Amino acid sequence: MGLENNLLESLPDVLTVRLDAVINWARKSSLWPATFGLACCAIEMMNTVSARNDLSRFGAETFRASPRQADVMIVSGRVSRKMAPVLRRIYDQMPEPKWVISMGACATSGGVFDNYAIVQGVDKIVPVDVYVPGCPPRPEMLVHAIMMLQDKIMNESVKDRRDTIESESRQSLVPGTLPITEGTAAEKLTEAEVAQDQVSRPYTIPSRHEKRRSS
Amino acid sequence: MTEKLHEYVEMLRVRNADWVADVKDAFGEVTVTVPAESIERACHYLRDEAQFDMLADLCGCDRGPEDDPRFEVNYHLFSTIHYNRLRLKVLLSEDSPRVPTVTGVWKTADWHERETFDLFGVIFEDHPDLRRILLPSDFDGHALRKDYPLRGYEPYSMN
Repeated sequence: MGLENNLLESLPDVLTVRLDAVINWARKSSLWPATFGLACCAIEMMNTVSARNDLSRFGAETFRASPRQADVMIVSGRVSRKMAPVLRRIYDQMPEPKWVISMGACATSGGVFDNYAIVQGVDKIVPVDVYVPGCPPRPEMLVHAIMMLQDKIMNESVKDRRDTIESESRQSLVPGTLPITEGTAAEKLTEAEVAQDQVSRPYTIPSRHEKRRSS
Repeated sequence: MTEKLHEYVEMLRVRNADWVADVKDAFGEVTVTVPAESIERACHYLRDEAQFDMLADLCGCDRGPEDDPRFEVNYHLFSTIHYNRLRLKVLLSEDSPRVPTVTGVWKTADWHERETFDLFGVIFEDHPDLRRILLPSDFDGHALRKDYPLRGYEPYSMN
């Protein structure tokens, strides 16, 4: 075929390249999202994979029913407080490297559901990489979020993830509870800041993950 | 339209006059107010003698902290034999929102009573498994009470 002939003519047998570039290219080119539909955003998420929008053009069409086989968690919809420990557990079950897309207004901030039942933003529970606004976001917006995530992955370094794997491993996995982590210095700092800020934001939950993975 | 329903109320009254505290007839529906302590026996009687073999719904109601009695528990009875519907109502004060369970009459009351307990804090005495069903088990308060703040009592701890 034509491509091989052209490549062999123009390229040497051995290429020297940054390790990060190769690994990140491999990672971003086959993102496997976890099947995790929570509310109406999940309908748009299904549409994103279907023929019209065809997420497989970007290598992220293989939705896995098992978190053990997934890279990306697309939190599509409102997270109730009863669902929060379940969500966190699914996130913990995903192997590193893993990323989270917060899809829609409800997952990002609670949306219109500013009440006792709904978690006011999924970033209170898991670290979020890309936020998608909208109620619900159009499939194009989710495709754009995937592309943004791919850009982000390309800018990561393999070294950045070393610490994370270690800290993620000290999870308590008692059924129905959230893992209690000791917290890094940055997380403790964030908690102290949030505690100071309680008067102005009385209903927010101290986030352990706000300062994490902020790239 | 509701003559047949009033016959059932009359049956109830003949059986024990204390069971019928009040009768309301509105929009083609009949509501019988029953004292809390006799609700289970009244339900038993209606199921066995008046063929109300199905509990279509059991729900709570909060009239507000100012009102006394503050809480209601409503029993929506249905018969799959003669297709009539009857509503029983129990009024409860805020100090002791306790009512005997009807799980012994209709099995389906189990989860309905758990829901009413969960959201209103009504205690169903002798219920086999009275614990929260919708809200998380560590939830503070009862969410559908009128004086429950919309955003909850405190910054909810995720741990």
